[in-house]
Amino acid sequence: MPDSSIVILVGGEAGQGLVTIGQLMAKALVRAGYEVVVSQDYQSRIRGGHNTFVIRTGLDVFHAPCDKVDILVALNAETVARHKGQLTPSGLVVADVDIDTTGLNALRVPFRTLAPKVVQDNVVALGVLGQTLCKDIGLLEQLLREQFAKKGQEVIDQNLAVLRAAYAWVKTQDHGFACLPSAPAYPAERLMLTGNEAIALGALAAGCNFCSFYPMTPGSSVALTLAEHAKFMGTVVEQAEDEIAAANMAIGAASAGGRALVPTAGGGFALMCEAVSLAGMLETPVVFVVAMRPGPATGLPTRTEQADLNLVLHAGHGEFPRAVFAPGSIAECFSLTHRAFAMAEKYQSPVFILTDQYLADSLQNAGPFNTDGLPEIPGPLLEPANPATYKRFALTADGISPRVIPGFSTALVVSDSDEHTEDGKLTEDLAVRVQMVDKRLAKGQGLAAEAVPPSLFGEEGPNGSKDVDLLLVCWGSTLGAALEARERLAEQGRSAAVLHFGQVWPLVEGQFLPRLTAAKRTVCVEGNATGQLARLIRQETGFRFRGQVLRYDGLPITAAYILRGLESIL
Amino acid sequence: MVTAEDYGTFDTAWCPGCGNHSLLAAMKQALSGLGLAPHQVLMVTGIGQAAKAPLYMNCNMLTGLHGRSLPAATGARLANPELTIIAESGDGCNYGEGGNHFLAAIRRNVDLTLVAHDNGIYGLTKGQASPTTGKGQVTKAQPFGQPSEPFNPVAVAVAMGAGFVARGFTGEPEHLAGLIQQAFRHKGFSLVDVFQPCVTFNHVNTFAWYKQRCYKLGPEHDPRSRDQALAKALEFGERIPIGVLYANDRPAFGADLPTLKLGPLALRQPDFEALRGVMRSYL
Ligand SMILES: Cc1ncc(C[n+]2csc(CCOP(=O)(O)OP(=O)(O)O)c2C)c(N)n1
Ligand SMILES: [Mg+2]
Repeated sequence: MPDSSIVILVGGEAGQGLVTIGQLMAKALVRAGYEVVVSQDYQSRIRGGHNTFVIRTGLDVFHAPCDKVDILVALNAETVARHKGQLTPSGLVVADVDIDTTGLNALRVPFRTLAPKVVQDNVVALGVLGQTLCKDIGLLEQLLREQFAKKGQEVIDQNLAVLRAAYAWVKTQDHGFACLPSAPAYPAERLMLTGNEAIALGALAAGCNFCSFYPMTPGSSVALTLAEHAKFMGTVVEQAEDEIAAANMAIGAASAGGRALVPTAGGGFALMCEAVSLAGMLETPVVFVVAMRPGPATGLPTRTEQADLNLVLHAGHGEFPRAVFAPGSIAECFSLTHRAFAMAEKYQSPVFILTDQYLADSLQNAGPFNTDGLPEIPGPLLEPANPATYKRFALTADGISPRVIPGFSTALVVSDSDEHTEDGKLTEDLAVRVQMVDKRLAKGQGLAAEAVPPSLFGEEGPNGSKDVDLLLVCWGSTLGAALEARERLAEQGRSAAVLHFGQVWPLVEGQFLPRLTAAKRTVCVEGNATGQLARLIRQETGFRFRGQVLRYDGLPITAAYILRGLESIL
Repeated sequence: MVTAEDYGTFDTAWCPGCGNHSLLAAMKQALSGLGLAPHQVLMVTGIGQAAKAPLYMNCNMLTGLHGRSLPAATGARLANPELTIIAESGDGCNYGEGGNHFLAAIRRNVDLTLVAHDNGIYGLTKGQASPTTGKGQVTKAQPFGQPSEPFNPVAVAVAMGAGFVARGFTGEPEHLAGLIQQAFRHKGFSLVDVFQPCVTFNHVNTFAWYKQRCYKLGPEHDPRSRDQALAKALEFGERIPIGVLYANDRPAFGADLPTLKLGPLALRQPDFEALRGVMRSYL
């Protein structure tokens, strides 16, 4: 199926309200029954700079970013200059009459006539967009009522008047842009949310009741979402004095009975590494969300990358088990976060969710998320069978010792970051040391046995993906782009399959190696410069990819990018 | 009835004559004196000789990372409003590696007690200067004398308006036990900085050195007066006051936080009804 999506790019300076326009339009489209995928590209500043909010929509849309633009809503001249090259042949520019759009198919909007106040410019832009796409004004009216509900009827009425004026004005214009096909009936409960919001909801569904964090883009919005809902959910959300404190607080909270989440970005996570090791040693369940952005150091603070896989895999000194999830969609942000908590609780280990700026900030339609079908996550014990003889680190076959929360029985819960005996006290008995290492690592086998297998998309021949010419392997947020690339290849008569890792550790060879070896060609697609997953797979299995498509310019991987990359490999 | 014996007696890895022994005894006395049983107490420590204290008494124990006892204790407190939570560690742990957490703990005013074993040295790592080592003091790591000004934890705490600031001396164990008890009774963050002579590595601030200088604050000192408290906190030389330097009634962290009023986190169940409501806000 050829790409039928319509891409609307709203561009301008920070502070011009482009996010408001984009969000309202995106929400209207979701409510009208369309698929919506938003990519946000912004600079690390509060005002000024060049920022874009890109909505990809339609009836049948890959949930992936893309490079083309069908409607360019330019809030300043720079947006036209930067993005006119991306316009499709039938593309349309929406810009103020004062902005030069010579040679372009443009709707030159008399903003100052349509809106009495500059602050209402975004409502004008919204109205122009709505009418251009032939969308019922009622949807946008309803959204404006919700948006301005707190400001009172007068403000609502003023904005509705501006919206109607914009609709009326577009009707007098001849722009030739085709209406969006009308949407079929859709499930009423469709949500629109970002990857990070879905992670927060997944955490809440898993019973997360504690979050400590130190602000860092693009991780913060997980904590902010939990804080926003704390008055309904009771979640304790504390902004720590630094990341080291955030991680150690979570360990303290989890040890005392909380279910803890720590969201951060790569740089912040680097500061948490010692605490990760502590969680491994104290066998404390803590879920870390690491939202990746380009490094090293401060890197490109507001752009995207997938370059912290190595960091998360190896974070923390010493050897202890862990699991690392890498959701590929909004739905997986929800479901794999729930899974992360289940694994952390069961195996009393640090567990990680790797996401990135693209997915973290990408608003999409998703859900509804069903909470009834989720498995219950058993918590720790309040009282052991025999409090007098309780041993926090009792040796067991699977390495899992009953975890008791102090203060609810007469049992004493003793845990030491030094190597310890079964009863949790420091020891230098080297035989015990060996037993304890083995015990901790035994949990890694359980984590491997429960690892979520990678998902295969594409015709499955008798030997896995044997019959396809090409197997694209990816992890995390690149799933949508890989699936779209597969479709584009099919249109060219080339068969391809996609293997997506939603869990990147532990890697269980049997789950994927036969597929890799059966494929004629394998290409690993990653948002980093060194091919971290490819290297990990090679390290674990000896398998070498035929080629790699890597992106590290700070932008998300798109299907077009993958296709360009494949040209030089295949 | 709880007695100090309930807290047990253990062999320690501390040097004979170390101030830690009497601090440990004072701790057990303070806890049992308040009728607190071992299972009601969680001691959170960092790393150092001081941080080994809970190994030598019956109680719940979380020995974490060097410098990080305060954030771990804070997390535990936020998770459980009912335990008696003690953060205990050395001067290096609290004022050096964990300095930012010390400041944050005072500001946050979470209800827990910090007992800092202040021996003016890094004991466990064999005698380097700590933040409270005097200027000019020679150590193996500072052969030309410790070049920086020492940190004054009690003055900083008073200046920041901490709710309870006391200084004790292991040479006055009864007095010290009393200070620790008052700290436990205080609602909010309380600091007990304890002079704890290190017999092996600190040959300046010896038992005799402190014995000569320490004097107990009498009734003429008004711990509610910040000016008086600051003056006493800064008095460190020929004479050094011990006792409650400063106290106020700042409300403890969370007194007004709805999320903390719902009780211990361990007793909460996921509220799916509320979650469905939250999800509807994304429609
Ligand atoms: C991250 C880290 N850095 C350094 C150390 C080494 N270390 C252990 S204890 C200590 C200093 C202890 O001094 P203090 O806190 O005053 O305790 P004391 O031994 O004097 O009681 C140091 C530097 C460590 N364990 N962890
Ligand atoms: Mg010390």
